[in-house]
Amino acid sequence: MGKSITEKIILSHSDKKELKRGELIKARIDFAFANDITGPLAINVFERIGSKEVFDKNKVTLIADHFTPNKDIKSAEQTKVLKEFSREQNLNYYELGQVGIEHALLPEKGLVLPGYLIIGADSHTPTSGALGALSIGVGSTDLGVAMATGEVWLKVPESMKFLYKGKLNKWVGGKDLVLYTISKIGVDGANYRVMEFAGETIKNLSIDNRFTMCNMAIEAGAKSGIIEADEITEEYLKGRAEKEYNIFKSDLDAEYEQVIEINVADIEPQVAFPHLPENCKGISEVKDILIDQSVIGSCTNGRIEDMRIAAEILKNNKVNKRVRLIIIPATQQIYLEALEEGLLKIFIESGAIVSPPTCGPCLGGHMGILAKGERAISTTNRNFVGRMGHPESEIYLASPAIAAASAITGKISSPEEVI
Amino acid sequence: MIIKGKVWKFGDHIDTDIIIPARYLNTSDPNELALHCMEDYDKDFIKNISPGDIIVAGDNFGCGSSREHAPIAIKEAGVSCVIAKSFARIFFRNAINIGLPIFESSETSLGALQGDELEIFPEKGIIKNITQNELYNTNPMPIFIQNLIASGGLVEYTKKEIERRQIEY
Repeated sequence: MGKSITEKIILSHSDKKELKRGELIKARIDFAFANDITGPLAINVFERIGSKEVFDKNKVTLIADHFTPNKDIKSAEQTKVLKEFSREQNLNYYELGQVGIEHALLPEKGLVLPGYLIIGADSHTPTSGALGALSIGVGSTDLGVAMATGEVWLKVPESMKFLYKGKLNKWVGGKDLVLYTISKIGVDGANYRVMEFAGETIKNLSIDNRFTMCNMAIEAGAKSGIIEADEITEEYLKGRAEKEYNIFKSDLDAEYEQVIEINVADIEPQVAFPHLPENCKGISEVKDILIDQSVIGSCTNGRIEDMRIAAEILKNNKVNKRVRLIIIPATQQIYLEALEEGLLKIFIESGAIVSPPTCGPCLGGHMGILAKGERAISTTNRNFVGRMGHPESEIYLASPAIAAASAITGKISSPEEVI
Repeated sequence: MIIKGKVWKFGDHIDTDIIIPARYLNTSDPNELALHCMEDYDKDFIKNISPGDIIVAGDNFGCGSSREHAPIAIKEAGVSCVIAKSFARIFFRNAINIGLPIFESSETSLGALQGDELEIFPEKGIIKNITQNELYNTNPMPIFIQNLIASGGLVEYTKKEIERRQIEY
């Protein structure tokens, strides 16, 4: 029986010769990270174990991205804990001017590579699965222990394969594919399993769109999302990867718990209604939903391609008077590229505000919180109750194209209405 | 170990933003977190529960964020354990790692009502509904996880592992 890419990566990081699905094993990790919310707890665990040094200073990093730039005294204290620990342990620490949202920053810096086993104390860690790595979200205790030992306990997961075929419709991208997929299987449709995205559509999909898809695997409950590395991946890694890496591919006779085929020609831009990412409708079915805020950014959709799409739609258009449009490049590098390409000028002239890199509004932290009764269209990943602010506010999830078009019309709209 | 307490019923997909909203995550102090446990679902939850009470939920309990603050808030609020039809995987790991007892039991999720008194016998995998005089089964935990729980969570388990390795080498 053949093996999936996931099984091959786990096997190469364990002392075992064979793996059984469902078996609990210990595996060596290539990279571990936490943020300003999960990091302080992980450091506390590390210290409680009695560890003096992290297992490898080049394989651990702590990224302050959630409540940064520090939103209040307590947040500043948490960031300080990360910084001091990083200094003591001689870890790479990215200060405000170099930092970005962790799941965008790590691939950008070449810190996560194909074939890696990665754990992160953040649920959107699966993002790096887009590089053909197995990248798994854990909690702070797991992360604190892994910083000390370089190991993690894992259940060898089942995999589900999603085969996408056909040509994408206009304005349809990775966000729409993953929202559509979640709407088909449900928010726990992949619980404990790995979602392997494959097929001809994925082979032609850009790396930024692939990141978006793997990022939201967690919204179906998955252990991770993964896409085999190919020429597009290698092109992305040029000039970033400083270390050797291994490309693993699933065997043709690998066993999957389910194989689901999706014809993308059937998919139009998607909108996920409150309060679960599975509540999707095609944009043609969405009528007269007025919005107060539009957010374009986050670990899901804050990359340069997302910025370009937003600019394409906002160019020579004005943000509706009833709307706050907040655009958040996910890293300083993306911010700089957007500046050099003239995108920031388009944003500002349209009436948007451009925020420094931060998770900020996505989790209702700061930099764009909703009041009672307010409604947002957002390119972020969760539309749970109270996620972006008041428990009686509402979030609709969609692509940057929809979020930009909606900011112009003041209601949830297709780009076709404004272009 | 026997766990006994009154039931607080919750539905499917209770996410970590419900359990502890992110706006309170600028601290990891368990006491402060507990004050806001389930606040956006039922703002009086924390006022009304008694130590030892039990959360009984539907599918996918704890979905969403990886924040360990969620099981910490529940534990610190005085909740003795969570019973659900199913758990989201990161919450499942976090609860075990910090020593919050959790049980998968569809029978309890379907049968137990708000306010019922339950008594749980973890070793036997049985939950007794004292109010309704019914017995429910729980799914057994894998041996590795039972060992983790018996060690007192992942920190204690790891400490013992490190000591064991130092003796071996």
